[in-house]
Amino acid sequence: MDQVLVTAVGVLFAISTLVLLALGLAVIFGMMGVVNLAQGEFLMLGAYTVLVSTSHGLPVWAGMALAPFVVGAIGVLFERSIIRFLYGRPLDTMLATWGLSLALVGAVTLVMGPATEGIATPLGSIEIGRYSLSVYRLVVIAITGGTVLAAYLVLGHTRAGLVARATMQAPGLVAASGVDPRHVFMATFGVGAALAGLAGAVMAPLTGVVPSMGLAFIAKIFITVMVGGSTVLLGTAASSGVLGLAESAVSYVSTPIYGQVAMLTLALVLLRLLPDGISGLWRERR
Amino acid sequence: MLTRRQALRRFGAASLGLALADLPPGRGQAAEEIVVGTLLDSTGPINIYGLPMVDATRFAIDDINASGGVLGRKLRVVQFDTQSNNQLYTQYATQLILESKVAVLMGGITSASREAVRPVVDKYGALYFYNEQYEGGVCDKNVFCTGVTPAQQIGNLVPWSVQEYGPKFYTLAADYNYGHISADWVKLYLQKSKGELLAQEFIPLDVVDFGSVIQRIESARPSVVFSLLVGGNHIAFYRQFAAAGLNKKIPVVSPTFGLGNEQIVLKPEEAEGIVVIYPYFQELDNEANRKWVAAWHQRFGAGYPYITDSASTVWNGWHLWAMAADKAGSLEPAKVIAALESGLTFDAPEGRIALDPQSHHVVHTVHMARVNDKKGFTIFKTVENVEPSDTKQVCDLIAKPGQHTQYTPKF
Repeated sequence: MDQVLVTAVGVLFAISTLVLLALGLAVIFGMMGVVNLAQGEFLMLGAYTVLVSTSHGLPVWAGMALAPFVVGAIGVLFERSIIRFLYGRPLDTMLATWGLSLALVGAVTLVMGPATEGIATPLGSIEIGRYSLSVYRLVVIAITGGTVLAAYLVLGHTRAGLVARATMQAPGLVAASGVDPRHVFMATFGVGAALAGLAGAVMAPLTGVVPSMGLAFIAKIFITVMVGGSTVLLGTAASSGVLGLAESAVSYVSTPIYGQVAMLTLALVLLRLLPDGISGLWRERR
Repeated sequence: MLTRRQALRRFGAASLGLALADLPPGRGQAAEEIVVGTLLDSTGPINIYGLPMVDATRFAIDDINASGGVLGRKLRVVQFDTQSNNQLYTQYATQLILESKVAVLMGGITSASREAVRPVVDKYGALYFYNEQYEGGVCDKNVFCTGVTPAQQIGNLVPWSVQEYGPKFYTLAADYNYGHISADWVKLYLQKSKGELLAQEFIPLDVVDFGSVIQRIESARPSVVFSLLVGGNHIAFYRQFAAAGLNKKIPVVSPTFGLGNEQIVLKPEEAEGIVVIYPYFQELDNEANRKWVAAWHQRFGAGYPYITDSASTVWNGWHLWAMAADKAGSLEPAKVIAALESGLTFDAPEGRIALDPQSHHVVHTVHMARVNDKKGFTIFKTVENVEPSDTKQVCDLIAKPGQHTQYTPKF
C-alpha cells in the first residue's frame, strides 16, 4: 500500500514538473506562435536567481518568489529588442532565439563561472510506511497546482486574460477597441518568461545549477507543448499528464532510459494521430 | 546588383581575412618551443572534472618550464575546450596532431572521450596520455593511462564494503562504456568477496530525476549502494537521496564521487559519510603534498575549492612525459615510448609512483576516505603500491607491442 502511494506521488511529481516547465513555452509558443529556443535559458536564469539570492543570505523561498519577476523582466527586454521584429517569421525567430540561447549561456558562464552549483533541497523527508519521501516533491506538486489554477483564473476570468486571448485571435479587433496589441504581445511574452523563471527556480534545488542546464529540459518541453497543441492550459495539462505518466510509469517499472523511450514513442504516436496536438480534439468538436 | 568591381573587392577582402587568420604564430618563436596539446572539458556537465584538470595542466607546464623545460626547450601548450562533446574530441585531436604537430597529446576525461581520441592517435602514430581514473584495460602502444584503475579502487573498495556494511550491493552506474565495464568489475570482485548483487542500474548522463531509482533502492534494501555515477547531472542523485533521508539509512560507496568536487556542490549534510578511494587527496599528510598544495594555493588562490585526484593525475602525466623525453633525448614518439617503458618512478604529491613498463599504467598507493563536514575528506585506511592488475594481467606491451585495444572483464 505504501509502495502504491509513494509511486503515485512520484508519477504526480513527474507530471507536475513537466506542466510547470512547459507552461511558459505553452504561453509563448502555444498562444503567440513564437518558437522560443531560448526557453531553456529562461529556466536557467530562474535557477540562477535563486542561487544568487541564497548566496546573499535570502531564504530559498524568497529567491523562488523573486525569480518570475526577474526573468519576466528579462523576457520583456528581449521581446522589445529582438522578438517583436520577428512576429510572423518563424524561421527567423528560431534563428534569433537560438542565438539568444547561446549568448545567454555564454554570458552566464562569463559572469557566474562554468562550475555546477548546488542549492540544498529544503524541508526534510517524511516516512510513508517503509519508504522515505522528500517533502519538497509534495511542495513542487502544490506549486504547480497553484500556478495552473492562477493561470486558469487569469486567462479565463480576468479582463487581462480576455484581452490576451482576443489579441492572439484577432489583433485588429483588439486594436480597434483601444488596446495596443504590441503591449499585449510584450506582456504575454513576459509572462511566458516569468513562468519559465518560476519553473527553473523550483527545479534548482533538485538538480544542479549550471549554465548549460537549459539543455536538459528544452527538448522535453517542446515535445510537451507540441503534443499539447495550442490550448494553453488544457492542452499542456493533458499532454504533460499523458507523457509524464508514460515516462514515470515505465521508469518505475524498469529504468529511466526506457521511461524516456516510452515518452518519446508516445509523443511520436500522438503527433502522428493528432497533428494539431491534443488540442486538436477539442477544436474540431467545436 | 553586384558589379564586378564590388564582387572583386568583397572576395578579395574575404580571402585576405581568411589568409591572415590562418598565419602560423611567429616562426622564430615556434622553432625554440615544443608544442604540446591538451583536450579537456571546461564547459558542459563534464566540466566538474575538467576545470581542476585544466588548472593542473597550466600548473604542470609552468613547473616544467621553470625547471628548464624539456630538452632545454620551453613547452607551449595548445588547449582546446571540448565542451563535454565527444565529436569535438575527435576533431580537435586530429587538428592538434596534424596542424599543431604536438609532441604529445594529453587529455580526455570520460572513457567515451578517450575512445574518441584513441583511434585518431593510433592512425597517426602520436603519443597520448590519458590522465584520469577509468575502468582499466586499455592496451595500446601509443597510449599511457596514468589514472587509478578498478584493481586499485574497486578491488579494495568492494571487499572492505562487504566486511563493513554487508554483502548486498545495489550498483548505480552511468550509462556508457565506463559505467558498464566498471559495473562488471564490481560483479567480479563481489563474487570473490562472496557478496550478492541485488541489482544494477544504468543511468544516462543527462538524467536528473532519480525518484524511481531511489524508490527501487528502498524496495531492494541493500547493505550498501555502489555508485558509479558520473557528471554534473548525476549529482542530483545524492541530493535527492539525502532529501529522502536515505543517506542516514543506507551507506554509499563510490570510486567516482569527489572527482568532480561533488562534495563541494552538495551541502555537508547531503554528502557526509560517503566512502571513496583514491591515490590522491588534498588532505594527504606528506612533505611533497604539503609543498604542492601550498604552491597550488599560491598560484590559484587560497580559496580554491579542492584539488582533485584528477588534477594530481594530470600533474603526474606531464612530469612523467617530460622525464621520459629528457631521458630519450628526443621527442620522437617511438623513442619517448621506449623511455617511458624503462621503469620510471616519480615523486608525486601522492607519494612515489611507478610507471609499469608492460601495461603502460601506474602503480598507485590508494587511500580510503569519508566525506567530512568541511567539504573535504578524512582518510581512514591506506593500501600501499597496488598494481594495476586489471590491465597488467592481460596486457604486455613489451612482449606484444602491436596492440591497440581495450580489454574488458569476461565472466
